[in-house]
Amino acid sequence: MEALIALILGTLTACGVYLILRGRTFPVVLGLTFLSYAVNLFLLVMGRLTIGKPPIIMEGVTDYADPLPQALVLTAIVIGFAMTAFVIVLSLKAQAELGNDHVDGKHK
Amino acid sequence: MNLLLIALTPFIGAIFVAVISRLGRLHAAWAAGAVTLLSLILLLPLAVDTFAGQTLVQRLSWIPTVGLDVAFRLDGLALLFALLILGIGLLIILYARYYLSERDDMGRFYAYLLLFMGSMLGIALSENIIQLLIFWELTSLSSFLLISYWQHRHESRSGARMALAVTGGGGLALLGGFLLLGEIVGSYDLTVILASGDIIRAHPFYLPMLILVLLGAFTKSAQFPFHFWLPNAMAAPTPVSAYLHSATMVKAGVFLLARLFPALSGTPEWFWLVSTTGLATLLIAALIAFFKHDLKGLLAYSTISHLGLITLLFGIGTPLAAVAGVFHIINHAIFKASLFMAAGIIDHETGTRDMRRLRGLWHFMPHTALLATVAAASMAGVPLFNGFLSKEMFFTETLYGFDYSWGWLLPAGATLAGIFAVAYSLRFIHNVFFNGIPVDLPKTPHEPPRWMKVPVEVLVALCLLVGIFPVLTVEPILSLAAASVLQGPVPEYNLAIWHGFNTALWMSVIALVGGGLVYFRRHLIFRLHEQLSDRWEFKKGYNQLIEKLFRFSTVVTRLLDTHSLQRMLFVFMLFIMALGVSGFIAGDALLTGDRALLPVNGVSLLVALMLMIASIGTVFLHQQRLVALILLGAVGLGVVLIFVKFSAPDLALTQLSVEVVTIVLLLLALYFLPQYSPAESSKLLKCRDAVVAIAAGGGVAALVWAVLTRPQQTIADYFLANSVTGGGGANVVNVILVDFRGYDTLGEITVLALAGLGIYAMLDQLQLIGSNRDVEGRLWNRDMHPVIMATFTRLLLPLALLVSVYILLRGHNMPGGGFIAGLITAAALIMQYLANGVAWTQQRLPANVHSVIGYGLLIAVLTGLASWLFGYPFLTSTFSHLHWPLVGEFELASAMAFDLGVYLVVVGATLLIIINLGLMHSRSPHSGARKPIRKWKH
Repeated sequence: MEALIALILGTLTACGVYLILRGRTFPVVLGLTFLSYAVNLFLLVMGRLTIGKPPIIMEGVTDYADPLPQALVLTAIVIGFAMTAFVIVLSLKAQAELGNDHVDGKHK
Repeated sequence: MNLLLIALTPFIGAIFVAVISRLGRLHAAWAAGAVTLLSLILLLPLAVDTFAGQTLVQRLSWIPTVGLDVAFRLDGLALLFALLILGIGLLIILYARYYLSERDDMGRFYAYLLLFMGSMLGIALSENIIQLLIFWELTSLSSFLLISYWQHRHESRSGARMALAVTGGGGLALLGGFLLLGEIVGSYDLTVILASGDIIRAHPFYLPMLILVLLGAFTKSAQFPFHFWLPNAMAAPTPVSAYLHSATMVKAGVFLLARLFPALSGTPEWFWLVSTTGLATLLIAALIAFFKHDLKGLLAYSTISHLGLITLLFGIGTPLAAVAGVFHIINHAIFKASLFMAAGIIDHETGTRDMRRLRGLWHFMPHTALLATVAAASMAGVPLFNGFLSKEMFFTETLYGFDYSWGWLLPAGATLAGIFAVAYSLRFIHNVFFNGIPVDLPKTPHEPPRWMKVPVEVLVALCLLVGIFPVLTVEPILSLAAASVLQGPVPEYNLAIWHGFNTALWMSVIALVGGGLVYFRRHLIFRLHEQLSDRWEFKKGYNQLIEKLFRFSTVVTRLLDTHSLQRMLFVFMLFIMALGVSGFIAGDALLTGDRALLPVNGVSLLVALMLMIASIGTVFLHQQRLVALILLGAVGLGVVLIFVKFSAPDLALTQLSVEVVTIVLLLLALYFLPQYSPAESSKLLKCRDAVVAIAAGGGVAALVWAVLTRPQQTIADYFLANSVTGGGGANVVNVILVDFRGYDTLGEITVLALAGLGIYAMLDQLQLIGSNRDVEGRLWNRDMHPVIMATFTRLLLPLALLVSVYILLRGHNMPGGGFIAGLITAAALIMQYLANGVAWTQQRLPANVHSVIGYGLLIAVLTGLASWLFGYPFLTSTFSHLHWPLVGEFELASAMAFDLGVYLVVVGATLLIIINLGLMHSRSPHSGARKPIRKWKH
């Protein structure tokens, strides 16, 4: 399972990096979304893989998944959404002001 | 918490004044006066205890672990300053009401003035020095606003910027000094610092700390060589100058010297640094003041000179010198405020401040002339006026300098400065009010409105009362303030006017006679000055420095910025990978650790494959944007499943709802963007990027593998153990968010709110035309709101809202909480907008999302503040169990109120973003098939 997760994270990162190296705003936004998936998953698995032990205190249970990375990731997801929204609106603004959607604001 | 209230009243009042000024110009003046009076009334009952010799310290726990508290202190010195700030502030408010013209926005003026007043009160009343620094910086900021009040004038803007740069820079040094001081003493509390003078003076950090603190004080008090900002700040309206340069802004620096006097003084370093700076400032500024032709310029330099005098007194460091320093702070505040006001009246009534044009005004405004003459006599140190008393004490103290080898310079310099002080005071009076009749004035001068003179009269009366009956008037507050400066017994001093024929008296006589001679022989000296002028142009040096700084930053930017995001990101990626690889090679750890691995099952494998295929598919099809977006949604759902699998139900719920909102958002945006990405990268470039991407992915995979195969040491045991007992919730993730780390969450929702507002600002007035055809060139469906969908979403809304309320309420114990509930609510409402149209929905949902965000933040902050009411640190939570009818046992935690704030901010920010994008659609003119299809070259 660990290898599978490593592979998934590697794929997400590779896709994200390839996309942010594109020259148009929309793929770059997609790439950033990929990278935030990757980062969020990365943070989560820093608490190691635990199956079926959500960090919700119940009587008689002593073994839980690490709650700390989860708390970090939860806000990171929401902030990530705000960031995506900000960047996409920025690209709209650039489109309106410059008449094209190149990341450097020009056609090549 | 009276002291907190006193300092906060002007801040709250500023908002009040700004709002009420819309009802009428003069309302602002009345409101500002009322606010100041309220603060004063709150202060007076506390003053009784202070006069009884008590030091009042009030504190609220803020971040106790790093020694930061909101702590206020009221002792003699603080009381004296608070009285000066509020008392003179009140007079300034009255004066400004007549000074400002019809064109000036009174609301803005008084709001800025109150902000500044609150900041000054904060400095005077702070117990914690970090808090003091915050107020210190606030005075820099609010004085910037005040000095640049006439924004249309170039000199206002540049003067304000210069003041901000110099005092702000000093504030930075002061921060360093305070942090060192805190390190030395082990506390940021003044009570502790003032009691540990011996430890401080013996510490190896003493000298660097002293230099940094003094830099802060000297820049604020316009000491040489940082004095140049003050004359340039004269571009402010005169009431501002009268306030900032008499009782407040510049006095903050000498206040700091007085405040830290017991802790820092008494060493040779202190003596040399402080007294040399003070003496240089005293002399140089007195000379320059005499040569200024501008009335306010003269007063500005005389202010610098008098601040130098006070600094010199604290530098001399004897207890009596400190008493004299405090006394001169009072006297200078009184006579300088009245002189500035008089200068403002002259400017107001004649239209000029140039002393080469002003003369003989006695005939036109005898009353004002009389008032100004008294104040100027006080400034010159003429007997029977208050300035004389403190100047006599000053002269006496300079004689102490004889103990040092160069010490004769002190009394000599003091006398010389005294001569010029008399000369420039005489010039202020004789040149303006006598000396012939005025020629060529812009206006025919006359007396100002009755009430404009009242503040000056009050101050001038004080000059006389203090000067003639010092023991009856000023003695109690002076000895009280002096006691808290010295933190010990006040030495014997005599406030009598007549001390007999001693050295100090002869110095005074020399100053008076010499000053008269200098003034009446001024033509000779002026000629000399014209030949030597431009030598002391510090402003030029400052401008050159700023220019160089700008040029340097341009060079650096050009060096690093290649004007291509792609190239820069490429270099960035390479660099990160180089870092990672070198780190791995440098260490000798194995890639694989020894933790037992989990087996893979079929379902997981399937999901993983699906996720990876969708990801790679997104990349391959990214030029077809809509398809790529759909595939991205599939990737997001795969991520949700991973969260579910690895025991993170909260994350799964959050990601799921964020996914929905994100895809809607990107779809909305895509409408306005080209539907295709043109293929513009060459094959080679694509291969290069692919290699970099695969290398980066491989690096991350290796890193994840290395971490996951190693055992973990968690730091979360504390949270798991204390979640139920301490936080009152079983869902540890939620308890961490709203309780243990509530502060972080507060920051995060603030960021979210700001992002929402930023997006709103960007979308405001934005006009974009979307395509009216789809990718294949077909027209969009005209039926924008299909009936079945519209009806179903309406039916679904209450259910969805119910679910979100349920999720919100159970969040403390089960997966859920404010973030998730907020997103669900937002998603439910967004669906209404999508299905029924923006206009239809907005009619039925009139709530203003801006205020939803505002209320959310307010609730979150108030929950935090509420814990102060019960004497706990900020954001401490509490909980109890209630038995509700029907519902049964129900737990109520204060953290849930905080979660409600989170909920509102999330709903508000999400809706703000989506609705405004949606509104752009309804603004966009997209009807008619006649318009040409926008085609993008492939």
